[in-house]
Amino acid sequence: MATTETPLYGLMAEFYDPTSLVNAAQKANEAGYRVMDGYSPFPIEELGEALGYRTRGRLPRIVFLGGLIGCVGGFGLQYWCAVIDYPIIVGGKPLNSWPMWIPVTFEMTILVASLAAVLGMLALNGLPRPYHPVFNVPEFRLASRDKFFLCIEAKDPKFDLDQTRQFLEKLSPGHVYEVES
Amino acid sequence: MSSHPIPTTGPPGGEPPILAPGHSFATVSDKIGSIVLKRGAPRGWWIGFGISFALVMALFMALSYLLARGTGIWGINAPVGWGFAIINFVWWIGIGHAGTLISAILLLLKQDWRTSINRFAEAMTLFAVACAGIYPLIHMGRPWFFYWMTPYPSTMAIWPNFRSPLVWDVFAVSTYATVSALFWFIGLIPDLATLRDRSKNRTSRIVYGMLAMGWRGSAAHWHRYEVASLLLAGLATPLVVSVHTVVSFDFTIGIIPGWHATIFPPYFVAGAIYAGFAMVLLIAIPLRAVYGLQDFITERHLGNMAKVLLATSMIVVYGYLMEAFFSWYSGNAYERGMYLQRTTGPYAWAYWCLLLCNLVTPQLLWFSRVRRSTVALFAISLVVSAGMWLERFVIVVTSLSRDFLPSSWGMYYPTIWDWTTYAGTIGLFLMLLFLFIRFLPMISIFEMRTILPEAEVEGHGHD
Repeated sequence: MATTETPLYGLMAEFYDPTSLVNAAQKANEAGYRVMDGYSPFPIEELGEALGYRTRGRLPRIVFLGGLIGCVGGFGLQYWCAVIDYPIIVGGKPLNSWPMWIPVTFEMTILVASLAAVLGMLALNGLPRPYHPVFNVPEFRLASRDKFFLCIEAKDPKFDLDQTRQFLEKLSPGHVYEVES
Repeated sequence: MSSHPIPTTGPPGGEPPILAPGHSFATVSDKIGSIVLKRGAPRGWWIGFGISFALVMALFMALSYLLARGTGIWGINAPVGWGFAIINFVWWIGIGHAGTLISAILLLLKQDWRTSINRFAEAMTLFAVACAGIYPLIHMGRPWFFYWMTPYPSTMAIWPNFRSPLVWDVFAVSTYATVSALFWFIGLIPDLATLRDRSKNRTSRIVYGMLAMGWRGSAAHWHRYEVASLLLAGLATPLVVSVHTVVSFDFTIGIIPGWHATIFPPYFVAGAIYAGFAMVLLIAIPLRAVYGLQDFITERHLGNMAKVLLATSMIVVYGYLMEAFFSWYSGNAYERGMYLQRTTGPYAWAYWCLLLCNLVTPQLLWFSRVRRSTVALFAISLVVSAGMWLERFVIVVTSLSRDFLPSSWGMYYPTIWDWTTYAGTIGLFLMLLFLFIRFLPMISIFEMRTILPEAEVEGHGHD
């Protein structure tokens, strides 16, 4: 009855401290596993490197682009309103009295850049995501408290249920769980 | 090995630690999370919430009457057109600044001690900005036309005057409110996931689950999360400075004597931080006592905040000195006259009370015994809050009540409706704060985990 079985998302090993997780991630990376992720209750700087991620992401560029759009958009709005659409002399100032427009331009820069930072972070992380297979492991709820998990996904070309399980067991985890997808 | 100091042992000077020893990931998570997840609230919470709720009802009453009758119910009049509304606007928005300062500037400066106070300080920012935002709206006379201040393609085919500081205010305050809310929410996401995973009843699991948006603590997520937090901190830092600078422009662009000293922007920003840190202390001291959080908000935090209070008090006093100096050195008769009116005129009591509150009282903070006493710190913070309110009163009222011609002089007396509105916004602030400490973790749980010594990864130093 192999067809009715729930397909496997991956194998998940549980650890009790950040050092074990980072060591395990490094060993898995060295063993040739690529499609995997580490889960921890707080950011661990060394973990990304151990998993083999590139350290620099796209987010800073997105935020810079957001700031640029805000800056040009904010200034452009004021220029268009005060010089092109409704030119009116106020207090003898020139129509393009740009020093008076710095506050609004500045605020718009910060606003759009901040929105880009938050929405960009969520979009790159694929959030909000109502369902994810890792939550099928009941013990995974401790990942937001004091436990650390390494999950090697079934999509990994090197994934083999028995061999990968043996590999994970060798890393001396607390448990190894099968993650249903 | 990583070169981070282990914070729980405290620095060598024998200062108290930023987290009491003996905690683990589990105890930190459970201690802070249980305040929210526990069924029912303590009796003190209900009493406090009830009183602040009553004040909010008074605010609604005052606002309804204002909408029915107009701003004539206030004490404002022909020379003094800016009364309590502007005083309280500047006071509230200043209070908000300490939250952003703690969460953004201290994050960039890698100050670990900010961790246990940043969450409720940011909440305080949001609520203070909400209270501040009410005042310019209701001050407009016809508040239902507030949207005329924003650039939108109206059928009248005219645009707001972008050369006006009041339009700058709209952009500055709304940007500040938005960015503060974003910063606060992004900081909450991992903790909302903790609450989702720890809550026992279905409703709270669903609500916190939706708010946590499926956060699962993946390494890739954490990495982007950290980058986003750092970038937001970098954006929020100049924003804080700019907001109060724009608020000071509201005054300095005017031609009233006493309003256009070039010291205004930095002096306003320092005053904001001063008032804000006083408010953080006013909130932190009772919270740690009531909820038993002395392990997390230690004497070190209170001591550090007291030092910030002392330092910003000196900057503010420098501002007072410069105002006095400029009025004499400028040789401008109106400036000089205004200053004499401020120190000896009908509002002299306010000026001398202000110096008593903001110059004399904080000097007590030089003594380490005072900095260690929570009662003394609470009392000083109350005095400082009153002093900063008086400062705004002095700036707004003395200048407006005595401008160029004696024929346009007049006195300002706040009415019962001024006071009710003011008390009402204090109630709104407290009510939001009570709801916050009941439903959201008041200390950042995941950041508390990172300052534990066991969070260090051994053998993978990156230096």
